[in-house]
Amino acid sequence: MRREYLQIDRINGPLIEITDVRDVFYGEVAQIRSRETGEVRIGKVIKLEGDKALIQVFQPTHGLASENSITGFTGNAFTLPMSKNLLGRQFNGIGEPMDGGPQVYSNREVNINGAPINPMSRVYPRNFIQTGISSIDVLMTLIRGQKLPIFSGNGLPHNQLTAQIISQARLGEGSDENFCIIFAAIGVKHDDEHFFRKAFKEAGVMDQVVMFVNYADDPVAERTTTPRCALAAAEYLAFVEGMQVLVVMSDITAYCEGLREISSARDEVPSRKGYPGYMYSDLATLYERAGMIQESKGSITFLPILTMPNDDITHPIPDLTGFITEGQVVLGRELYQRGVYPPIDVLPSLSRLMKDGIGEGYTREDHQDLANQLFASYSKVMEVRDLSQIMGEDDLSELDKSYMEFGRQFEQHFLGQSFTENRTIIESLDLGWSLLTILPKTELTRLSPKLIEKYLPY
Amino acid sequence: MTTDKQSGIIYGINGSVVTGKAMRPFKMREMVMVGNKKLIGEIIVLESDEAMIQVYEETEGLTPGEPIISTGSPLSVKLGPGILTNMFDGIQRPLKAMQLISPVFIPDGIGLLSIDSEKLWETHLTVKVGDQLSGGAVYATVPETELIEHRLMVPPHLEGTVVKVKPDGSYNIEETVVVLEDEHSHRHALKLHQIWPVRTPRPVKLRCEPNKPLITGQRIVDLFFPIAKGGTAAIPGSFGTGKTMTQHQLAKWSDAHIIVYIGCGERGNEMTEVIEDFPKLIDPKSGKSLMERTMLIANTSNMPVAAREASIYTGITIAEYYRDMGYDVAMMADSTSRWAEALREISGRLEEMPAEEGYPAYLSSRIAEFYERAGMVETLCEADGSISIIGAVSPAGGDFSEPVTENTKRYVNTFLALDKNLAYARHYPAINWMDSYSGYLGILQEWFQENIAEDVHTLRNKMLNLLFEENKLQEMVMLIGEEALPDGQRWILEVCRLVRLGFLQQNAFDSEDTFVPLEKQYRMLKVIEVLYDQGVDCLKKGIPTTILKNTELFDGIVKMKYTIPNNDLSGITEIEDQIERYYSELIKQYSEQEDV
Repeated sequence: MRREYLQIDRINGPLIEITDVRDVFYGEVAQIRSRETGEVRIGKVIKLEGDKALIQVFQPTHGLASENSITGFTGNAFTLPMSKNLLGRQFNGIGEPMDGGPQVYSNREVNINGAPINPMSRVYPRNFIQTGISSIDVLMTLIRGQKLPIFSGNGLPHNQLTAQIISQARLGEGSDENFCIIFAAIGVKHDDEHFFRKAFKEAGVMDQVVMFVNYADDPVAERTTTPRCALAAAEYLAFVEGMQVLVVMSDITAYCEGLREISSARDEVPSRKGYPGYMYSDLATLYERAGMIQESKGSITFLPILTMPNDDITHPIPDLTGFITEGQVVLGRELYQRGVYPPIDVLPSLSRLMKDGIGEGYTREDHQDLANQLFASYSKVMEVRDLSQIMGEDDLSELDKSYMEFGRQFEQHFLGQSFTENRTIIESLDLGWSLLTILPKTELTRLSPKLIEKYLPY
Repeated sequence: MTTDKQSGIIYGINGSVVTGKAMRPFKMREMVMVGNKKLIGEIIVLESDEAMIQVYEETEGLTPGEPIISTGSPLSVKLGPGILTNMFDGIQRPLKAMQLISPVFIPDGIGLLSIDSEKLWETHLTVKVGDQLSGGAVYATVPETELIEHRLMVPPHLEGTVVKVKPDGSYNIEETVVVLEDEHSHRHALKLHQIWPVRTPRPVKLRCEPNKPLITGQRIVDLFFPIAKGGTAAIPGSFGTGKTMTQHQLAKWSDAHIIVYIGCGERGNEMTEVIEDFPKLIDPKSGKSLMERTMLIANTSNMPVAAREASIYTGITIAEYYRDMGYDVAMMADSTSRWAEALREISGRLEEMPAEEGYPAYLSSRIAEFYERAGMVETLCEADGSISIIGAVSPAGGDFSEPVTENTKRYVNTFLALDKNLAYARHYPAINWMDSYSGYLGILQEWFQENIAEDVHTLRNKMLNLLFEENKLQEMVMLIGEEALPDGQRWILEVCRLVRLGFLQQNAFDSEDTFVPLEKQYRMLKVIEVLYDQGVDCLKKGIPTTILKNTELFDGIVKMKYTIPNNDLSGITEIEDQIERYYSELIKQYSEQEDV
């Protein structure tokens, strides 16, 4: 029989402190049972000092008093049972079923924190995923096993875009049974969760989805465990069951704010904008769990969504994320307001893994050079637009006018496509080439004469 | 308690920092084993009976009351054959050996592993009984890889007479091959390895002036902002600007003998990429695989943060060891910001008073200590060796005024500022020529004059001045449009466009352009100068820029990086001839017209 503790010494937001503890380990899970209602709260030891233990509680702490509960330590770290039965189920942020279904039973319990993957055991991701969205496929290609966040803003259609990727992306190379989606909702509105549920239904993948949901009005402490539960499930399904897993996570901003709230309750020294100094390392323990390994044919492709506070890409959350993830898809408010869907701001967007997953043998030989040319030309469009705002478009040189035209066509036809339009990579590439005909051939400095000869239509 | 194995007990645990009690016999910076799992840690604060320990492994599962065991020595690395081509974690544990223990994930509590102690090395002994040896003297050589001869040296501070020597043969690194007797008749066994504490710089005989360039094959670096062998450089840039890409290019093509590449708090896939790519790349000089001269340290961003702090020191100590053999070592640290953040994180756990942005007040001195371990030296065995350090910096929000960038700027001589806007336009390498600088220009001038051409520096300055001029003109263009500028200025814009497209942009994925020898770099820039000068002459005759801009000629210059092979520069002479012909023809036509 393990010791139980009848007194709580300090309660501060989600944190409680218990003294005179013995044989408790760092990271151990605690159960706090109310003596009045019998309700059980779950917590985790986040600091030990002599006989004092600081516990982060995942449920609300209101109603707790210093002497109305019994705290016991379970002797376990935070683990979840894993099996294929997770598929089609919905859980809360600490992995308890919330769909009315039974507990998941398995003799395989895994620590939700996971462990870092040995870089020697990784396989460098090289398989191209066609999303059917031209701008993503051509300019910031998604690769199987990549972590590619969507940097969005409040009110931008990141949810639609993600839903479109989910319904169009070919992850499992034709065989659908071997792929699944893990959806982690961190501090999201009920509406958003509904939207995704509907999207999964419409895509006909509902029984291939595992959901971990922490609503915006759920306890903040649970936000730190939601993504970890989701990723633990992803690791199990990918690396043990060999499935192609797509993890969609929304919203990383809510996660970071939860982190900040707990950090401030712990009186930690803050870094930029009050976020804790360890936020980079903490985010890395999430993002780095994506990838592929030699041991298994499964993969984890990770699409986190984050809303940039005030649309500011230099804010610590997108900033630290960008340093860890393998590129980013940035949504632009101006494009959205002009009615372009999906409003992908291509210049700051990037896929770091695309260079090795495209070209001959993967997509088509001209892919990289064409992408570079489109980027370079569109970046020139931005310069010309600035100029035209001062001088008026009529006074521009012929060359600059052709850039203005290219910009318009590019945004309308290349970026713009409907929510249900699914283009093949070849269609997208050819579309890129046809837009380049608007510019004089001398401007195509990124393309070799050979490629121009072969692909540029007249 | 025995005298050699002191032990204390765990009192508190807070993330990667563990507090211990009964720690009086322990030494500052001593390596310890923490808890029943024997996690590796290092003492960073001693206060009467208490000690703070930073732990290099995951601390989850530790309980107060578990033992802390002394090892009696500071955090050290084992230096011997088997380092090259290998990949280690932040405290020199080979990742391959870890794979045998746990195939996918990094395990905890596996204790101290190091370079393979079983492998036999073909050893050639270079001393005989009776020889007088002092610190740094070479006593044996081992062909460590096809490219690198490993020279085993008497540890610094040791001196004596050889009393025993093993014959040439195959030995593992634990084998004693030479016995040395010092003046007090103490005998010292010299094995195929030595141990060195990572936080102590290895001594050298003399520090010298870094007067040779580290040739990287990257045009904007070599000609515009050169790095000296034994020099220091920083590459700051916000995410997506190509820091890692630039570091990889330097690691691949620098003309150093040894590359030490530290992935410090970066992505796991980037290290995997290096492991997969480097063995396939062939060194242009030796024809051998580039991996043969490379060693890697990987502390990916999700590995324990304390080991990230140590990884930089592990790397530089290994670099110093190879430098002492008389090699030129280039060390890439990607990224030093993550290392600084590890300092900040540990400092926060120690509840130290923060300075700027939460970084500890000693940030600046730690950065200084690190970069000062670079240098061109005369080693103890009187060979020339060097360490060049190239550190990537990841400024938060791309703001170069943040503490890590600011402090790094104070201690490095070459500053290669990466620019977001260049990266957005896919101008790679996205090194901004307006903000970058090199403090080695003066020192290296002589070398360039002797080895490349008399006018390398004047040419560089002339072109850089044109680019500065272009920058000013661009602002004007933004207001009034290019067509409203006078011809002379439009010519500058046209030529600078050529410099940017034809010279500064370099394609890392093109087999010809990824590495360019200095000779070709110089000739490429020279061609553009010839074009510029000829154009200026024409302008004087009143020929308008629109006519000067011959599409075919310009196209030829932009594409010369692809069309002219690195080993045959006759094509460049041809382009030069074409330019001369075209413009002299033009001048002739114009004079004739005027005559009419």
